[in-house]
Amino acid sequence: MTTIRPVSPSGKPIISQRVNSIAPSGIRKFFDLLASMKDVISLGVGEPDYTTPWNIREAAIYSLERGRTMYTSNLGMPELRRELSRHLEQRCGLHYDPDDELLITVGVSEALDLAMRATIDPGDEVIMGAPCYVAYPASVILSSGTPVIIPTYESDCFEIDSSKVEATVTANSKAILSGYPANPTGAVLPREKMLQIADVARRHDLLVMSDEIYSQLVYGIEHTCFASLPGMQERTILLGGFSKAYAMTGWRIGYAAGPREIIAAMTKIHQHTIMCAPTMAQIAALEALRDSSGSVEEMVADYNHRRQMFVKGLRDIGLSCFEPKGAFYAFPNISITGMNSETFAEKLLAEEKVAAVPGTAFGECGEDYVRCCYATSVPELEEALVRIKHFVDKHR
Amino acid sequence: MSNKEIFRMLEKDAKLTPEQIAAMTGSSVAEVSHVIKQAEDDRAIIKYKALINWDKVGNEHVWALVEVKITPQREVGFDAIAERIYKFDEARTVYLMSGTYDLAVVVEGRTMREVAEFVTHKLAPIEGVTGTVSHFVLRRYKEDGEIFDAKEESKRQAVIL
Repeated sequence: MTTIRPVSPSGKPIISQRVNSIAPSGIRKFFDLLASMKDVISLGVGEPDYTTPWNIREAAIYSLERGRTMYTSNLGMPELRRELSRHLEQRCGLHYDPDDELLITVGVSEALDLAMRATIDPGDEVIMGAPCYVAYPASVILSSGTPVIIPTYESDCFEIDSSKVEATVTANSKAILSGYPANPTGAVLPREKMLQIADVARRHDLLVMSDEIYSQLVYGIEHTCFASLPGMQERTILLGGFSKAYAMTGWRIGYAAGPREIIAAMTKIHQHTIMCAPTMAQIAALEALRDSSGSVEEMVADYNHRRQMFVKGLRDIGLSCFEPKGAFYAFPNISITGMNSETFAEKLLAEEKVAAVPGTAFGECGEDYVRCCYATSVPELEEALVRIKHFVDKHR
Repeated sequence: MSNKEIFRMLEKDAKLTPEQIAAMTGSSVAEVSHVIKQAEDDRAIIKYKALINWDKVGNEHVWALVEVKITPQREVGFDAIAERIYKFDEARTVYLMSGTYDLAVVVEGRTMREVAEFVTHKLAPIEGVTGTVSHFVLRRYKEDGEIFDAKEESKRQAVIL
C-alpha cells in the first residue's frame, strides 16, 4: 500500500483542508477485524436482504438487449420523470413538474451532495439531528458549510425538537437537514413535530433538505412528506430513491424534487460531474414505479415481522430498545454491559461472531448504542439474539 | 394482527411455531395458538407438508398433466365425475377448468408406465369421461412459488453505514 505524504516535497499540502477536516471513521479497527472473520452473522448492513424484484431486473435486461445504452437527458429520462411526478402526487399529494422540478440522480447520495453544493456557501450552517447517517455532516463540510448537530435521545424517541433547532439558529443558518425515517435509529418524526420544525424554517427563512429514502418502510404509522406541510414545498428539497423500498441499492438510482431554481442549480453540477444517472438503472426505476407496489408491500410486511420479533428479543435480553417505526434498524442501548459502544461491538464480534455497528459511528450521541439491521433472515436473527443474550449475560 | 396475516406466514413457512409468530406479529402465544387451532378444526388450514425436490433424493418420480373432457351430469354437473377422479391417490391435483377441456389432473407415479396405466385403466374408462390428453412433465422448475434450483446468491458487504 502506498502511503501518501501529507505534504509534497516543496511543502504544499496534498489533500485539501476540506477533506482533511472530515473525521476519519473511528471504527476502522472494527471493520478490519470483521474482514478477517468467517461465519459472522452481520447485523451491520444497511440494505435489504432481498434481491431486486424480477420484473425490475427483467425490464433492465430487456433494455440492454434492445441496445438502450446511450446517455439520457441530464435530468433523467422524461418518461421516468413523468412517472415519478405521478408517484409523488399519489403518495404525498404534491405536484412536481417533470420538466424542471425533478432530477434523477445516482442514488440519494448524489442528490444530497448536489443539494448541499447548490445551496451552501462557505460559512453557511446546516442544522441536523444526530445520531444520523454518516454522510450528512460530511456532505455539508464538502460544501464548505458547517454542520450544526443537535443530539436526540432515546427518551425523546430520537425526535428532533423544534425549540432546540430554533436555539441553534444564527445569522449563518441556511438549512435544516431532516432524515426521517432515520438511519440509524429507525425513528419516524410525527407530523405535529414536523409542523413545528416547518414553522421554525418559515420564520427564519431556512431551506429544508428532507432525505426520505426510507419513506416507504414505515410500520403502523403514516409517513408524512416534509414538502407536503403547508408552505413547505417552496423551501424543501425532497431527496428520495429506489434503493431501500425496491431493494435496488446496487443500481444507484435516486432523485431530488424541489423548487425549479434549486433543481436547475443542482442540474448544473450534475451535468458537469455525472452527465446522467445510468440509463439501465433509470429504466429499472421506471418499471419499479409502474409495477412493483405488490412486491414493496410484501417486503414491508416481512420487515415488520422481523422488526417486532427482533426488538422483542432484544428487550427480553434486558436491553432497553426504542421501538423503531421505520427503516430496518433497531438501536438498542447497551449501557447495562458497562461497555462503550465500540468496545461492545468489537467484543460481540470477537466473542460471538455477531456484527453490529457502534452507535458512535453516527455521532457522539450514539454512545451507549449499537445499530442492528434486522433486514436478515429470521433464523439468523434468532441465532443472533441467542448469541447477544449469551454475551450480555456474561458481561452485565 | 389479523388472522390472515398468520395464515400468510404459515403458507410461506409451515414450520413457524406459535411462539415465533407471536413475536413477529406482536401478539400473545395463546392468541396465535387459538387462531391456528380454530383454523385447523375448520379445515381452513388443511395440512402442513414439505415441498421435496425428489431429484436431489435420487428418487425418480413422474408427473403428467392430464386434460380430461367430460360430459356434465344432470343435477351434479362436473362434481360427481371430478370426485370419482380426485379420490384416486394418483391424482395429486384436480382443477375444473375453463376452455377446451374440463378437468386438469396432475397424475403422479413412479414410472411413465405407472402413470400411463392409471390414465388408460382408471381415468379414461370412467363413465362420462369422453377423452384425455396426457402431457408428461419433463422438468419441474418452480412449484407453489418456490424455485427448485435457485441460482441466486446474495453477496452483501458485511458492514454498510
